[in-house]
Amino acid sequence: MNDGRMSIIVRTIATMIFPFVVIFSFYVIMHGHLTPGGGFQGGAIAASAVVMMIAAYGHKMMEGRISEDGLSMAESIGAAIFAVVAFIGVIMAASFMYNFLVGTPLFGEIPPFGGNAGILNSGGILPILNIAVGLKVIAGLAAVVMIMAMAGDKK
Amino acid sequence: MKAKAIVFVIFVAFIIYAAVKIHPFGDVKKSNMDDYIIMHSQNETAANNVVTSVVFDYRGYDTLGEATVLFTAIAGSLITLRREKNE
Repeated sequence: MNDGRMSIIVRTIATMIFPFVVIFSFYVIMHGHLTPGGGFQGGAIAASAVVMMIAAYGHKMMEGRISEDGLSMAESIGAAIFAVVAFIGVIMAASFMYNFLVGTPLFGEIPPFGGNAGILNSGGILPILNIAVGLKVIAGLAAVVMIMAMAGDKK
Repeated sequence: MKAKAIVFVIFVAFIIYAAVKIHPFGDVKKSNMDDYIIMHSQNETAANNVVTSVVFDYRGYDTLGEATVLFTAIAGSLITLRREKNE
């Protein structure tokens, strides 16, 4: 074990799998209003991809590629989008977190009743909230994992 | 030691009693809200996934609290474990 890295086999496989894991996480987040899953679950998948890279390459190599400030900022942006969309419901309609996008061209298509394959352009504010929560969970969990990995070598 | 064993036996008996007395799966006493959400969620929220429409729309306030809990936990761990930049 030199420098916290694992063997060349583990590193190669981790590099090969990483984009697929990230794509699957984006799929789970984007289809949160159609299939099981959503922002939290997809964000956890992407954060586990970051954990895999940290385990394979060691945190010193990842430190140069991911900045804590950027992750912290992305997490705050996700939280801000969530709160802003929730409060727009108060302004546009009657109640907090009202689904004001139903019927509009943006994510507003109403699917037919009953079981169907689903329309991606539906769901009202749900896709926006899913993306906001996904951004928040990706950035937040990755930041926590990075900071915990780096806390070990504090002299 | 004896007291611990007695407590353990009582606890296991309670668990078994609860498992026997639990109401059967799918047999809901009052299903008004279930029926309303199943019948209306696709028209009201335009989403196929009823679970997501409950989590983010009907009970969106809970999700905001959940996100706040996550935000607070991450902020706390970042503050506690952060390294000083200028050392």
